Amino acid sequence: MTSHSEEAMELNEACLLEMKGIIKRFPGIVANDDVSFSLKEGEIHALLGENGAGKSTLMSILAGLYLPDEGQILLDGAPVFFQSPRDALKKGIGMIYQHFMLVEAHTVAENIILGEEKSCILNKSSIEEEIRCLSDDYQLSVKADAKIWQLSVGEQQRVEILKALYRKARILIMDEPTAVLTPMEIRELFRTLRLLTEAGNAIVFISHKLDEVMEIAHRVTVMKSGRVAGTVATSETSAEHLAHMMVGRDITLSRKTGEEPGEQAAISVQSLCVKGEKGIPALSEVSFEIRKGEILGLAGVAGNGQKELAAAMNGLVKIQSGTISLLGQDVTDRNSRELYEKGIAFIPEDRLGTGLVPNLDVEDNMILRGYWRAPFSKGPFLQKNAIADFSSRLIEEYSIKVPSRSSPVKSLSGGNLQKILFSRELASEPMVLVAVHPTRGLDIGAVEFVRQKLLSEKKRGAAVFLISEDLEELLDLSDRVAVIFKGRFMGIRDARTATIDEIGLLMSGVCSERGEPCV
Amino acid sequence: MNHDDFLIVAIIAAAIRAGTPILLATLGEIIAERAGVQNVGLEGMMLAGALSGFATYRALLLHPWFCSASEGNTLWCLLGGVTAAMFCGGLLAFTHAFLAITTRANQVVSGLAITIFGAGVTSFIGKVFVGIPATGFPNAPVPILSAIPVIGPGLFNHNVLVYISYLLVPLIWFYLFRTRAGLHLRSIGENPRAADVMGINVAYSRYCAVVKGGMLCGLAGAYLSLAYTPGWTDQMSGGRGWIAIAIVIFSGWNPLRAAFGAYLFGGISGIQMRIQAAGALVPTNLLLMLPYIFTIVVLIISTRGIMRRIVSPPAALGLPYNREER
Amino acid sequence: MRLRLEKRLDDRWWIKPLVALVSLMLALIAGALVMECASIPYYKAYILMLEGAFGSVYGLSETVVKAIPLMMLSLGIGIAFRMLLWNIGAEGQYCMGAVFSCAVALAFPDFPMAVMIPLMIIAGFLGGALWGAIAGALKAFFDTNEIITTLMMNYVAIYFLEFLVYGPWKDPTGYKFPMTAMLSPSSHFQQFGNTRIHLGIVIALVLMTLFHIILTRTRWGYEIRVAGENREAARYAGINITRNIILVMIISGGIAGLAGTCELAGIQHRLQHGFDLGYGYTAIIIAWLARLNPISTAIVSFFFAGLIVSGDHLQMSLGVGSGIAEMIQGIILFFVLAGELFLNYRLTFRKDRR
Repeated sequence: MTSHSEEAMELNEACLLEMKGIIKRFPGIVANDDVSFSLKEGEIHALLGENGAGKSTLMSILAGLYLPDEGQILLDGAPVFFQSPRDALKKGIGMIYQHFMLVEAHTVAENIILGEEKSCILNKSSIEEEIRCLSDDYQLSVKADAKIWQLSVGEQQRVEILKALYRKARILIMDEPTAVLTPMEIRELFRTLRLLTEAGNAIVFISHKLDEVMEIAHRVTVMKSGRVAGTVATSETSAEHLAHMMVGRDITLSRKTGEEPGEQAAISVQSLCVKGEKGIPALSEVSFEIRKGEILGLAGVAGNGQKELAAAMNGLVKIQSGTISLLGQDVTDRNSRELYEKGIAFIPEDRLGTGLVPNLDVEDNMILRGYWRAPFSKGPFLQKNAIADFSSRLIEEYSIKVPSRSSPVKSLSGGNLQKILFSRELASEPMVLVAVHPTRGLDIGAVEFVRQKLLSEKKRGAAVFLISEDLEELLDLSDRVAVIFKGRFMGIRDARTATIDEIGLLMSGVCSERGEPCV
Repeated sequence: MNHDDFLIVAIIAAAIRAGTPILLATLGEIIAERAGVQNVGLEGMMLAGALSGFATYRALLLHPWFCSASEGNTLWCLLGGVTAAMFCGGLLAFTHAFLAITTRANQVVSGLAITIFGAGVTSFIGKVFVGIPATGFPNAPVPILSAIPVIGPGLFNHNVLVYISYLLVPLIWFYLFRTRAGLHLRSIGENPRAADVMGINVAYSRYCAVVKGGMLCGLAGAYLSLAYTPGWTDQMSGGRGWIAIAIVIFSGWNPLRAAFGAYLFGGISGIQMRIQAAGALVPTNLLLMLPYIFTIVVLIISTRGIMRRIVSPPAALGLPYNREER
Repeated sequence: MRLRLEKRLDDRWWIKPLVALVSLMLALIAGALVMECASIPYYKAYILMLEGAFGSVYGLSETVVKAIPLMMLSLGIGIAFRMLLWNIGAEGQYCMGAVFSCAVALAFPDFPMAVMIPLMIIAGFLGGALWGAIAGALKAFFDTNEIITTLMMNYVAIYFLEFLVYGPWKDPTGYKFPMTAMLSPSSHFQQFGNTRIHLGIVIALVLMTLFHIILTRTRWGYEIRVAGENREAARYAGINITRNIILVMIISGGIAGLAGTCELAGIQHRLQHGFDLGYGYTAIIIAWLARLNPISTAIVSFFFAGLIVSGDHLQMSLGVGSGIAEMIQGIILFFVLAGELFLNYRLTFRKDRR
């Protein structure tokens, strides 16, 4: 693994920054496992990997937000030690976070100088003048007296960059900077980045988007599962090669058997449009259908509209235009209760936040979806016996480990929480099951359980919509795989013949094998 | 000057006099809330300030050092009272800060605890002070300014605490919007994570803000017992602490609008007293309701529609901050 | 080595009672300190307090008498708090309930008891419910801060009551005192034995049981519990939040109004200046301490009633100011709030390079 990075470092330029042997642990997971990373002056070095690969953690350590458990950071050859982001800033390392650290109600000027004010009393006009000069120098035009909430995302990002430059940062770390930018803003950003490197700055570019990495970066380090998969110069590699390094093989779990799905479409979505925040549509003209006894997987990096799609299909978000039909019947503007009655079950991504009520006990959570009707309710009263029977039956059937039926669910493990969700949602034998990241954060045993369940649902004749970031899993379980990127479906492939590389490219917005970007 | 002039002057003067304690408490709470901490314990802090101010004043008056009741000495005693009042207000506020910031308790309940505790302890300890006659701060007309027709006597013929509150309004405005410390404070209230990342100590700053707010509230209490109606009566704050909270919302967390709101309320109280004194047919008690109904109406308007952006609360108000939580 | 606060993941059963107990003890110690500062012999004071509240039949019965309105108010506030609705307006709803009941009693003095009492109860509930509903509607539709609205309405209600007793309802034979005439006997609640304990205790206990049943055994109670815990999950479950806000405020206010009716019909028998005793605020502390659980609410109400009675007793015996009860209440609440930290977080030692 480390031989790749050693090769890359053999070039004759001295390193501006080196991170050696970084190890960082969080409860239950090793986020960075003996990671080494280097950065040269005037370079744009991309950090590529899927969500959870460890890229953000590594850079957060560099930016002073976290302390590494082991390892060293060398700046200009000398070891440095950051106690807080302030220390990192003092040494010239500035991070532009994915979720901007800006005070929306304040002006551009106030945000830029925060914590770095030159005097006790703020002289508005001289500060604004200073910022105007700075923004002219780097050709990053912003109005110093505009309020942040009035700015577009691209302009806000410019403010973040100016924040770092105002503090004389030499190294800029950009965390998924293009995630919410329009193509034109992305071009602007790249122009700015090239300007900055010409001025002697070095940039770390964290991303999951292959085409952009290939376009802007000089070198790429690929991370996977907390480790470095390799470091290469972009001139010596290709998008496919990178895609392959990003995604890999894992141990074998249940996979689909050859059963063919039925003919009839259980659920059909037509031209669905959902508004997102800040004016960018979350879903644009999404159309697809899932047949009975079929598993349709949805691949895509988080944040490309999956959450909104799942919410729209379950009546939790307003649909701007388009239709959803269940067995031919239009169910477009129904609320979540009605959709559940009609047969759409939902395993949300946020188990303890949406799907379950953390402080209530197992029984209370078991009836969350059906509490208002028989047999759980008769008139205004809950039927305790029926509820207890129902819970016991499910607990046994699914082997859910609970200390007692009345302990709050927040104390249960992820696997058990998922079992509760599955048991509850499937108890009504739904026609359609929407499962979002169902295996996230689960141990191997629980993962296997989920896979088994999804396959048995398919066998029963339900239509399963599996949204996941795990390509392996999608290809193992799905009959067909769709790919979503920036709120649009890039394509639907047959899972039997699709390759990981092909899907990986679609996920990154690349339309064809020749690496041409899509619109 | 004719009869109408007298009336206007009287109303202005009454508005200022009645509005001052509310203004002081409001300014204090604006500072605390701008930093993101909600303190509904204003009533308790005001009472604590009023009682401790008066008690200290009396204690000093009787003390051998200040025995000779010359005018100068009395002033020192009064100032001593004011200092004690601000100290007690700050102390109670510190308790709230500890509960809200360090133990991350529910800020509403914590504030209520302060109010109830303040009401109880002042009732309990204050028994001995009920009914003691006192003269508070004397009126001190400002030379030249008080001679201006109409507004002169209305605005500039009050005691020194009123003048202090006049100065505090622009001072606090300047502090919040034109100084480095003020920018830090506001950032903490809006986005503590962003401030933390820029190296600002969120917890420490919040403590400071809350205690400052408490001190101003204590000052408001001192005004009540040492200037407005000198002496101590049980529960003498009469709900002013709660009105202050409403005015904080009404003012959009801005000291200048707070002054407007506080004096508006003072004015309504003043007008209501005039109507009463003029022997009008409207029963006293119904008139007394006016300020409170007014508050509700104002609140409804403040939190609706277009007003939202202009007068919305600090984004992180009432939420405890923890760097570790991602 | 460094002390750090970590979110607590487990939920041992002994934590809640332990924290409550330690908080109480610390509160008593702090109260003792305050009394020391005021040169009051705290040892004697505490003994007197115990004696006053529980040491005699009279004391005990007076404690029950005070517990009745406290319990009812706390139950009402507890339901509101469960939905994260900060109903500070129990005091005003209490007054309005009494006002409405009084109106019935004054308007129809000749009605027989069997008609009068139920009528008064209904009227009392309506009065409080109306008061609560206004704040609830403002919150549900305009998202107006209910802390301020309910609080302001307290003052409106109190002044309204004052207006009535100083004005249109003033007893013509009452020597110009601000109070209504004594209400007709048919409006008096039954009193038990030699004590002043009245029918209200039955109503209070019935309410307690009712609330317990509602919260644990009905659909609506389930909805309240879910909506109060997690708004997102509530939407997911299809619960109508707007409707529930208004409904809860109606019930909360109505119960508070009932408390007012009980005081009126059971003890005071007339509306007068100073009818409001500040129970509405004490009830908030009780509700919070009882962790919004109806049965604990009854127990804590009883305890706080004892606190108030003993405070009065202390006032008479030692000549100290009233307010000692409130002071101790506040201190208890402080410690309980601080103690809550340990319910959600735990102290750990972590090796740290800082």
